Amino acid sequence: MSKVASMRDAVAANVHDGDVVAIEGFTHLICFAAGHEIIRQRKRDLTLARLTPDLIYDQMIAAGTARKLVFSWLGNPGVGGLHAVRRRVEDADPAPLELEEYSHFGMVGRYTAGASNLPFFPLRSYFETDLPKANPLIRPIRSPYGDETVYAVPPLKPDVTVVHAQRADAEGNTQMWGLLGCQKEAAFAAERVIVVVEELVSEDVIRADPNRTVIPGLIVDAVVVEPWGAHPSYVQGAYDRDNHFYRDWDAISREAATTQAWLDEWVYGVAGRAEYMAKLGEDRMASLKPSGSAPSGSVEYGVYK
Amino acid sequence: MSEPRQITSPAAADTNAAVFSKSEMMIVAAARELAGQRVCFVGVGLPNIAVNLARLTVAPALELVYESGAFGARPARLPLSIGDPTIVTGATAAVSMFELFSFYLQGGLVDVGFLGAAQIDRFGNINSTVIGDYDHPKTRLPGSGGACEIAINARQVFVIMRQSKRSFVEQIDFRTSPGNLGGAETAARIRREQGWLGSGPTVVVTDLGIYHFDDAGEMRLDSIHPGATLDQIRDTMGWQPKVADPLPATPGPTVEELRLIREQLDPEGAYTK
Repeated sequence: MSKVASMRDAVAANVHDGDVVAIEGFTHLICFAAGHEIIRQRKRDLTLARLTPDLIYDQMIAAGTARKLVFSWLGNPGVGGLHAVRRRVEDADPAPLELEEYSHFGMVGRYTAGASNLPFFPLRSYFETDLPKANPLIRPIRSPYGDETVYAVPPLKPDVTVVHAQRADAEGNTQMWGLLGCQKEAAFAAERVIVVVEELVSEDVIRADPNRTVIPGLIVDAVVVEPWGAHPSYVQGAYDRDNHFYRDWDAISREAATTQAWLDEWVYGVAGRAEYMAKLGEDRMASLKPSGSAPSGSVEYGVYK
Repeated sequence: MSEPRQITSPAAADTNAAVFSKSEMMIVAAARELAGQRVCFVGVGLPNIAVNLARLTVAPALELVYESGAFGARPARLPLSIGDPTIVTGATAAVSMFELFSFYLQGGLVDVGFLGAAQIDRFGNINSTVIGDYDHPKTRLPGSGGACEIAINARQVFVIMRQSKRSFVEQIDFRTSPGNLGGAETAARIRREQGWLGSGPTVVVTDLGIYHFDDAGEMRLDSIHPGATLDQIRDTMGWQPKVADPLPATPGPTVEELRLIREQLDPEGAYTK
């Protein structure tokens, strides 16, 4: 059964006001196209979960979609701070933002517990720090097999997880390569999954390389085909991270007015990703293509009859 | 980047002609501290350049681990972020973050973890979360990321940061990553009892000098960079530091170290100007 849908329909059907939403991808494969559609559909009171909120959540928070942020590292990677988030946290401008803070391993563990139906995930972190005071959901537990203490974090089960990937078939069997982040854990933990891909492929392509399948169609609700949907983040082998935009955002987002003007022009002012990319222009797109080709070797699976 | 190469020892090389920035001195000093290390967890910015410089000079067998999931990375350009595609192409392995944090880091395979900080105290405890009160912060900083678990599980921790009265403080506002807690004795006992594999912070490299930790677990100035003075050091710290006696001067960057930084590692001077 084909689950292929437009971004507009996939977001309308799967993202609801008040939901816990995870658009994952660690630097790599961050689905800005889905974030922008959520802004355009004016979703409200979302709890946004991500290890690194990155520019996409800064934009979604500036647009007023969220009341709460669950995270482990809050910044513009390689550049500096997230100004829209900081305005809400430091000055409650225009409204306070609730924070629930972990470390990277804690967030990965939360998705892992959520995906595997466990009541908590144990890890060797947080000892002798102020993090359990800042977030009382981080709790020490005694080993049932000895005197050691470890810390526990609770499961995170998003209402909807959005994953960007290189390719999927119409049923949602999804393959990705490069940095995998915790896309698999976040998808398996979620109630609903939207997969957004650069390329729709036939089932044969998936079955020819089963080790590369990260998410099975079994848990996928919608497949959106949206080339360049991860810009200004990147897709390994397809296009590079637009580091200039990450630097530009620092200036754009320093004031609420310039932030809103950017959202008006680049999010509300376009119908979708195709129009956004046309506006970005072919020269910019060409500048983001990899400087050379680096194909993997192929492997032999064998036929066994 | 080309193949790893050996250079002459810093002390023996001619540094007279070399004019260098404070950032370059920090990078070079940090890179030299990595001599003989095998597996290093890399952060963005200065640590990233330092670790890559070490691989080209004093530690050719160094394996670079990025928290984004690359092991044995061979970046062909300076990555702006720790998730840059250049750290994947040509790497030994690209793994999930679950594997990286569970098996590589918590499993005890990381020899050195690099951390930066907004604030550090004399025992190497680190704040990268907030300045001011947590609930009503004066400045909201990025938070832990992987720093908290790196501080606990990496075999040793290197810190690289500029020193100032605001960053080298008597009392940090928030403890994000544990160092030697209130002193070496307590820290060693807790680390042992709780089964932590890490022994905590061992090196702090600043723009003015190099610190190691003494038997009490306290930072001690062991080397002062060319051009820096003890008065300058004392004026940029919130406590009176212990100072090695005699106090050697850090050998300045060699011509070759500077060439590698300027021509290969950071040709645009993004982090080194």
